[in-house]
Amino acid sequence: MMIFYLLAALLVLSSLIVVFQRNVVHCAMALVAALFLIAILFVTLQAPMVGVLQILVYAGAIMVLFLFVIMLLNPTSLEPRRGLSWGFGTVAALLLAVALAALVSHDEAPADPFAATELFGAPESLAKSLFTDFVLPFEIASVLLLIAIVGAVVLAKREHN
Amino acid sequence: MIVDIGIIALKAFLVLFMVLNLAGVLGWIERKGSALMQDRIGANRASILGFAGMGLINTLVADPVKFLTKEDFIPPRGDKFLHTLAPCMALFPALVTFAVIPFGDVLQIGERVINLQVANLNIGILYVFAMGSLGVYGIVIGAWASNNKFSLLGGVRGSAQMISYEVAMGLSVIGILMVYGTLELQEIARGQGTLIREFLPESWRFLKAAIGWLPSWGIFLQPLAFLLFFTAAVAETKRVPFDLPEGESEIVAGYHVEYSGGKFLMFFAGEFAEIVTAAALMTTLFFGGWQVPYLLRDGFHFPWGASWLLPHLAVVLLQVGAFAVKVVFFCWLQILLRWSVPRFRYDQVMRLGWKMLLPLALFNVIVTALVIVAVQ
Repeated sequence: MMIFYLLAALLVLSSLIVVFQRNVVHCAMALVAALFLIAILFVTLQAPMVGVLQILVYAGAIMVLFLFVIMLLNPTSLEPRRGLSWGFGTVAALLLAVALAALVSHDEAPADPFAATELFGAPESLAKSLFTDFVLPFEIASVLLLIAIVGAVVLAKREHN
Repeated sequence: MIVDIGIIALKAFLVLFMVLNLAGVLGWIERKGSALMQDRIGANRASILGFAGMGLINTLVADPVKFLTKEDFIPPRGDKFLHTLAPCMALFPALVTFAVIPFGDVLQIGERVINLQVANLNIGILYVFAMGSLGVYGIVIGAWASNNKFSLLGGVRGSAQMISYEVAMGLSVIGILMVYGTLELQEIARGQGTLIREFLPESWRFLKAAIGWLPSWGIFLQPLAFLLFFTAAVAETKRVPFDLPEGESEIVAGYHVEYSGGKFLMFFAGEFAEIVTAAALMTTLFFGGWQVPYLLRDGFHFPWGASWLLPHLAVVLLQVGAFAVKVVFFCWLQILLRWSVPRFRYDQVMRLGWKMLLPLALFNVIVTALVIVAVQ
């Protein structure tokens, strides 16, 4: 439990840095730290595969591309938002907080609990369920990624011409 | 409980100690080795009481003292926090990867069986790739925080090169994963103890006689994957011939031009630690890790039937020694490569990574799948 509270505190801290920091690169690095902490959280929840995939894909590849864009475009800090955005933001945050409180205070046990076997979270079980039960979403996700790649190449070529 | 934690801490300390020392010694091998290859003497001036030790004192004592006592200079308009953070981010993945590399089989002390690997994760090699992908941040942040166009150029080149070759590296290892059927590095190392003829079906007598007596090391079962992995690993560590991000003669010193003193030492040590990591990965995946050919847990069992039984401690020492010898050999090979091959141009590097290594790795996966199906 102590580990969870420590990780949660650090995670909230880095998320706040992402939102409130002026220097954009500092925000990006705080986001990397937040993703790394989430991966550690996954590991404490007996899901090392998901944790390491989080680092591999999200913190290791996607955030690097974020940083590329930030470094190439070199944006200065944006001017603070006014008026309507603050209103919408506050309402959305309140709704989320209420929903979260309702979820957390729900005291019943889940409908059908299952005992975690030794292979819970191991690559074998993840692969087995990916390729048998969830093979259709898996294939659709691959096609989606392919569409994104083709679209990116088309866009890049068009600007070149 | 305390003893368990103590054993893990001791293993971690030993591994880190060995890696950092080897990184230092590699600096010396690089200097003296390059001097030998280029028919010159190299650094030999620093000496203690007249003992210069072929440049050992120079590299291992004088250089660190120099680095650590230099002024720590942060560029005036650079980012102070990130400038200090970047070398740490470059050194961290290189050292942490060693947590999953097995340096021996098991050590049995009384009733306690100690697995000679710091952390036996069930995700094994994915952890290595995850830490490798974190290594990009040291370069990117270091380049950006220096507020220097040459740095930025070197950093962007370096990070693009690293993420390109991560793809090739991961794909080239898939063949090995298919052959040994597991992600865990200790299991891959153990799986390389059997002889090839255990895998071949009965009817393939000629092939069995020809190569069946070889241990089933990765290099024999996946030669193409080894070449791809070697190339991708050298590119990933940004060693020559892929060191355009450092570009010594073109963009001053690339992403670490604004670093002096202790921070440069961290970048430097990080690069040598990455060499050791790449060498250790190559031995574990392709050359049997700690396996000595025909050495099982109780002694040698040769394929022609003879056997030579050994006590447990001798077997463990032989295995750890074999691992050390193989790692040092591959480190030396990478250093030799540095001083023999000229540097690639940037578009050549990108073309190699995407247009040559990637299709070859995919081809390797397909061929491996076909061979596995044919053998069963």
